[in-house]
Amino acid sequence: MSASAVRLTARGVTHAFHALTVLEGVDLDAAPGEVTVVIGPSGCGKSTLLGILGGLLAPAAGEVRLAGAAGGECLNPITYVFQDASLLPWRSVAGNVSLVLEDTPLPASERPARIAEVLAQTKLSDFAAAWPKQLSGGMRQRVGIARALAVRPAVLLMDEPLSALDAQSRALLLDDFAALIARASVTCVYVTHNLAEAALLGQTIVVLSRRPGKVRAVRRIEQPIEGRHPEDPRLLEVQAELWELIRDDAAKAEREIAGADA
Amino acid sequence: MPTLEGMVPFRARGFAPRDIPAASVGTLIGLLALWQAAASFGWISTAFTSDPFSIGRALWILARSGQLWVNLWASLQRLAIGWVVGTVAGLALGLVVGLFTVARSPGMAVVSALFPVPKIALVPLFIIWFGIGEGSKVATLAFGVFFPTVINVVAGIDGVPRSLIRMGQAFNMSWRSIVLKIVLPGALPVILSGFRITTSTAIILLVAAEMIGAEKGIGAFVLEAGNLYDIDNLLAGLVLLSVIGLVVSWVLGRLERALLAWR
Repeated sequence: MSASAVRLTARGVTHAFHALTVLEGVDLDAAPGEVTVVIGPSGCGKSTLLGILGGLLAPAAGEVRLAGAAGGECLNPITYVFQDASLLPWRSVAGNVSLVLEDTPLPASERPARIAEVLAQTKLSDFAAAWPKQLSGGMRQRVGIARALAVRPAVLLMDEPLSALDAQSRALLLDDFAALIARASVTCVYVTHNLAEAALLGQTIVVLSRRPGKVRAVRRIEQPIEGRHPEDPRLLEVQAELWELIRDDAAKAEREIAGADA
Repeated sequence: MPTLEGMVPFRARGFAPRDIPAASVGTLIGLLALWQAAASFGWISTAFTSDPFSIGRALWILARSGQLWVNLWASLQRLAIGWVVGTVAGLALGLVVGLFTVARSPGMAVVSALFPVPKIALVPLFIIWFGIGEGSKVATLAFGVFFPTVINVVAGIDGVPRSLIRMGQAFNMSWRSIVLKIVLPGALPVILSGFRITTSTAIILLVAAEMIGAEKGIGAFVLEAGNLYDIDNLLAGLVLLSVIGLVVSWVLGRLERALLAWR
């Protein structure tokens, strides 16, 4: 698969839900073929930003642009991996992957091979006929990424795909994600609140402030994604830096949530 | 402070009801046997009721004479046509109301205004509009089935998780594909459970319509038997209605199992 040459740029993105401003003047550059991680405290508008980047939400102000050439095999330039996998419960694993190919120019005769290929990449070949309800949370997320890879995206948007998983599944899937993203060479924007995920996957890390979310800092990690290790002292140092940046905001956000619950 | 000692008791019993098919059959047979015993031993007066053997004999005579099939066929035709017409129209309007903003408020206003009107009260009006023949009976059934179908289809569509629709949009699926592959299958469980309500409604309205103006049909037969104080035949008619209800319920159950195997 050739590397994505598509750059995704957001300029001055602002968004509000009624009177509540959740994002304010956010700029973001997702470089071609790189992973840009967006982190920030709870409620800072990370998922809202991703929705705007993917064209699923219209920003109140600002704009999002794509620039560059998508590969010839690309069937859906901007593709999502959702937090809850969003699988159709009435379709098998293979059926869920097939779903996103059925409206594309890919000939029906080539669909089975494409489905088999992405299921093999995500270690799901033995579960092609399984119903989503028969899968663990980690396996459902694998289907979500298989589905996204099947359309050969130019830009892959991932919305906290590991947040609902237990620690073991998360660790295993994170390794696989790193390998898959590196191999697919897509321009990726990955939203998470987990600093370890950010350090392991991110080449650029955008730190958002507490609501309304603004860009507080942008951090680069030059080390290649493949081969990164969670215990690597340099990555632990990055995590510590990121925690310093968001700690106060995270605490304030927690107090805000607790106050709202009280 | 109380002293705690001994095994931890299991406390998670109950709240898990399950079907035992043999118990269903056994209960019905038991009730019939009890009824027969009550009539045979004179615990109940057979002047005002009957017993299972007499009802069975009445059904046998009706079957042999052909009267049973004539009435059953007339009722089943009306039931099928009325239910299908009401269901198809209800599905169509339900889809439009469920999918389009422009149709939602006007559609729901009309449905909410007309749904509570007792459909039996409309039979005389339908006789004036459609005549005493089949038209008025089919219209009564269709009208009674139409509104709950619309309401169920809209509820089913509203119940489809938005995240699944967003997923379809995120993968650039066409509007038609989203409706056919996400919205309709997602709404299907609610639509099918609505069919159970509408088939029951249709049977009730069938009998009412046939009692008001029909020569043939189980409703007309039951009314005539009542007028003649023929309790065996009257109850034989009710047994037929009960069997129709059971068969319809069984068919819908099979349909649900076939279409909702993923649940």
